[in-house]
Amino acid sequence: MKKCFERLINGLVKENPTFVLMLGMCPTLAVTTSAINGVGMGLTTTVVLIMSNIIISMLRKVIPDGVRIPAFIVVIASFVTMVELLLKAYIPSLYDALGLYIPLIVVNCIILGRAESFASKNNMIYSAFDGLGMGLGFTLGLTCIGIVREIIGNGSVFDIAIMPEGYEPLTIFILAPGAFLVLAFLTALMNKLKMIKGKDTGITGDCDRLCRNCPNTLCSGRSAQRKAEER
Amino acid sequence: MIGKLILIAIGSAFINNVVLSQFLGICPFLGVSRKVDTAAGMGSAVVFVITLASAVTAVIYKFLLVPFDITYLQTIVFILVIAALVQFVEMFLKKKMKGLYQALGVYLPLITTNCAVLGVALTNVQKEYTILEGVVNGFATAVGFLIAIVILAGLREKMEYNDVPKAFRGMPIVLLTACLMAMAFFGFSGLK
Repeated sequence: MKKCFERLINGLVKENPTFVLMLGMCPTLAVTTSAINGVGMGLTTTVVLIMSNIIISMLRKVIPDGVRIPAFIVVIASFVTMVELLLKAYIPSLYDALGLYIPLIVVNCIILGRAESFASKNNMIYSAFDGLGMGLGFTLGLTCIGIVREIIGNGSVFDIAIMPEGYEPLTIFILAPGAFLVLAFLTALMNKLKMIKGKDTGITGDCDRLCRNCPNTLCSGRSAQRKAEER
Repeated sequence: MIGKLILIAIGSAFINNVVLSQFLGICPFLGVSRKVDTAAGMGSAVVFVITLASAVTAVIYKFLLVPFDITYLQTIVFILVIAALVQFVEMFLKKKMKGLYQALGVYLPLITTNCAVLGVALTNVQKEYTILEGVVNGFATAVGFLIAIVILAGLREKMEYNDVPKAFRGMPIVLLTACLMAMAFFGFSGLK
């Protein structure tokens, strides 16, 4: 029980996919034009993440090591297709808003990253909670960015106007450049907080020095270098 | 006919730039843009893979998925085809172009999870392009990616010696640069 809880906290705070690991940047930037889109995308990804983590952890002793990546991708793609069809049938408004980015959940590095680094090594219950934690952490990140962009760019939160009458929305924040701008300032804030705590930035905790299999492209080998220096 | 192809090409290379306005392929865009040479190498690899992938997926869609009425399997089929293609490109580079392979070694497998490749394949289907139009669209999209990543790498090389505020070092300043580039590319939307 304690370990399940620890997985949740790990995904939400310690290894938050958006702000700490900087994974899954494409949907993070693309769909966060409003808070509700952020929540929708986050929860859709969470469902896929939990289901694929469960299945992959159940199959971890059956899948041969050499073809594990294609096998993981097939599992993930199947769940994404299911979720896509379900959304199309039951929540068409969200389906229209997210559009192309729903099938693209397949290539979200968070999902493949978790399959590779956690679900393929741990039992089903832990993997499910790991998926839940990571998914909720991702949802949290997307919602934060979505809220900031919606307030500045549209003067509302979850479609409820909150800014005073005379507020002139800065439309650029819900256009493409605004996404980069908001994320830049949020990560700078994160860096600042980490500096106050006295930690180094941009380097993630668990690194097995196998950059080839590592989904974190933003680290560009720095974690491995640091680990090597420590030895 | 030619006119339509040119319109598609300009549209997807500049107006709807894959990275700066559609946010596909952000990971390599931010991760492999430290030096101009590697950025150009990565960009060329992406051009090659995307052009090939859009041709292959368009053919598979038209002659396999549509006749058997299994278009709902497109995501699964496309991602597997792309994964196989990337493997092939990797083997080809390893044999024929050692230098480029060593420079890109780490990042090549990651082209599989480059959403731009799958994104283009799906856009081709969504917009009901013919095979030729799909290939042109794929090539132009990838060229857009190449342009964007090379420009960003050039800017980052210059910024290496700048005095950036501590909290903005690393990713934040790169994102800000990307933001300014996105604004510049936004100007192209006036071309419509």
